[in-house]
Amino acid sequence: MSNAAPLSLRAGVLSLLIFVIFALAWHLGTRGGPSGPAMDPEYAKLMGATATQGKSAMPGPLEVGAKLVEHLRHPFYDRGPNDKGLGVQLAFSMLRVAAGYGLAVLVAIPLGFLIGMSPLMNKALDPFIQVMKPVSPLAWMPLALYTIKDSGLSAIFVIFICSLWPMLVNTAFGVSGVRKEWLNVARTLEVGPWRRAFTVILPAAAPTIFTGMRISIGIAWLVIVAAEMLVGGTGIGYFVWNEWNNLSITNVIIAILLIGLVGMLLDQLLARAARAVTFPE
Amino acid sequence: MSSNKPTGPYTMKPGCSCGAHASQGEHDRACTVISNNAADDAKLYGRTVEQAVLRAIAPNPLHRRALLQGVGASTLASAIASFFPLAAATEAFAQAGKPEKTDLKVGFIPISCATPIIMAEPMGFYKKQGLNVEVVKTAGWAVIRDKTINKEYDAAHMLAAMPIAISLGLGSTAIPFAVPAIENINGQAITLAMKHKDKRNPKDWKGFRLAIPFDYSMHNYLLRYYLAENGVDPDTDVQLRSVPPPEMVANLRADNIDGFLAPDNVAQRAVYDGVGFIHMLSKEIWDGHPCCSFSASRAFIAESPNAYAALLRAILDATAYASRAENRKEIAEAIAPANYLNAPVTVLEQVLTGTYADGLGGVKKDPARITFDPFPYESFAVWMMTQMKRWGQIKGDIDYAGVAKQIFLATDAAKVMKDVGLAPPDAPSKSFVVMGKTFDPAKPEDYVNSFAMKRG
Repeated sequence: MSNAAPLSLRAGVLSLLIFVIFALAWHLGTRGGPSGPAMDPEYAKLMGATATQGKSAMPGPLEVGAKLVEHLRHPFYDRGPNDKGLGVQLAFSMLRVAAGYGLAVLVAIPLGFLIGMSPLMNKALDPFIQVMKPVSPLAWMPLALYTIKDSGLSAIFVIFICSLWPMLVNTAFGVSGVRKEWLNVARTLEVGPWRRAFTVILPAAAPTIFTGMRISIGIAWLVIVAAEMLVGGTGIGYFVWNEWNNLSITNVIIAILLIGLVGMLLDQLLARAARAVTFPE
Repeated sequence: MSSNKPTGPYTMKPGCSCGAHASQGEHDRACTVISNNAADDAKLYGRTVEQAVLRAIAPNPLHRRALLQGVGASTLASAIASFFPLAAATEAFAQAGKPEKTDLKVGFIPISCATPIIMAEPMGFYKKQGLNVEVVKTAGWAVIRDKTINKEYDAAHMLAAMPIAISLGLGSTAIPFAVPAIENINGQAITLAMKHKDKRNPKDWKGFRLAIPFDYSMHNYLLRYYLAENGVDPDTDVQLRSVPPPEMVANLRADNIDGFLAPDNVAQRAVYDGVGFIHMLSKEIWDGHPCCSFSASRAFIAESPNAYAALLRAILDATAYASRAENRKEIAEAIAPANYLNAPVTVLEQVLTGTYADGLGGVKKDPARITFDPFPYESFAVWMMTQMKRWGQIKGDIDYAGVAKQIFLATDAAKVMKDVGLAPPDAPSKSFVVMGKTFDPAKPEDYVNSFAMKRG
């Protein structure tokens, strides 16, 4: 047997094995224990399964699987303003992320260029960036709600502010790190500043910019869930909160799974874009 | 083609006495059904105007009857309409209270205190008033306050003390708010973690971490009152934490708190999941205490007085319906789905019917566990302000009666209650008893000073 090709195969088999062991342990761990203490039947009727059957509060993998199938069968139902299908909720969240993230791209990349190209601006803006960057985006929420006076826009603002910094810093870093030789060649050829920015600096800094964008989308997706738990209404974060209210851990696990999958997709999308603009030197 | 369509003799309708219905039974149903939607109301207005015009034309009832029998009511109506602008008159009559806007948003927190606000949507009480109301579930009290102040919501479900706090500017900028209706009476409970089932005396609770839904809430004042009466200082002997109701059971399970004084379905949910037991119902502290309110900003009332009136009629109507014990099972089923409370029907039924598991193996029966009475007694507000003063939330002097009158709109509620056929109480204030001590709303300052344990 050769060793080169089967590496991914072996990794796949190992992944599957880990999953099976995990699911089995989960199943055994959450199986109902011996039935709970003897109860008056009239009393038992008023109690939940956790109390009467000694069932674990944690759902098993089979329960989660069945619920997942049920959700996937009707992903786009709409039973009023507070109860919509998972597909609809994910779409709301992605729309919010797209709006906030899009705005951040529009601000961060030109500003990053400015900072990267001008050492003066770099030094002048640095203290502001350093102070704002580490602030948890959710700390902005009360301020946003108070000043913007619209919860939907506040959520978008929070996404904007959290995806801004990685992109800004990376763009500035990428732009200022363009090789001096290339800039000098451009200068000897008397290339104008706009043309220099678009034909020399942008292609050279693109991989770094995309890395910043990739970090930002990850953060934006992390934050939207928390933001929606706070403002409520729609979105996957609201779904998690609503099911937490109902103490339905099954639905929360499903939401966690889907949030992970969507986050991975977004990340892969930008990774692919970054690869497309990278060139061998 | 349409082979399944009955033809020939089958298409003949048996008919009824007026000819408009398929059968006499349907005709009778149509005649006895109480108008319960906007279209019916429009017809009702139309008929009222028609009759008024008819009465003007033929003042003598005998002549009128002869006229009606001779030509038929509808023929006569169309004959009159040809020279009298009936349609315009009907519209003017109906417009007397026509809402400025019919698409409204009302926020709620998913607890059973909000029952009238929530049930009015699936059970058609808003529709009956010609309103298209969207009831929106909200994550917490601070968010519901901000969204109402921001006018994202036209009106909202709030803890009864919140509009007082907002109007006085406690914990937020002062914005005049009003309480035209109380949502529920009683319906809260002190729930403790199972491990404390032998510590039934509050004197043993020193060091407990107890949760309340919000600082400006009846829950906070009732729990403080109960602890203080038992010699436990609520500020130094125990730790009181503000936790949104939906998160309380999860925190109790995780052992983050030892218990809570919380609204239902939360208290009963802790029992249902085997996490806690019900130590006592809030009605054992003060039987007949208010809890949550239907609140709106003064700005909304001033800008859309008719929409506000229609909304209030719907709420009062729904509250009256909820106050009857025989309707409670139906209500429990209507508000249980994910769009509303998102809670098991079994839990809601126990809360609303008052036959409940106490968490210690017993089944208890108390039909007054939660009741519904919309009248916003001014003395309720005065009592809450005495407690705000007592625990240092209000500093300095306060015009108890004046503020109460401004916020708890007892006069408005009485008028609208009469409009929808309910009997309001005679006086806007009443006296009541809290843990054996009578409260006289005329002497609030004496009441505050009568407590040994107080701040400031």
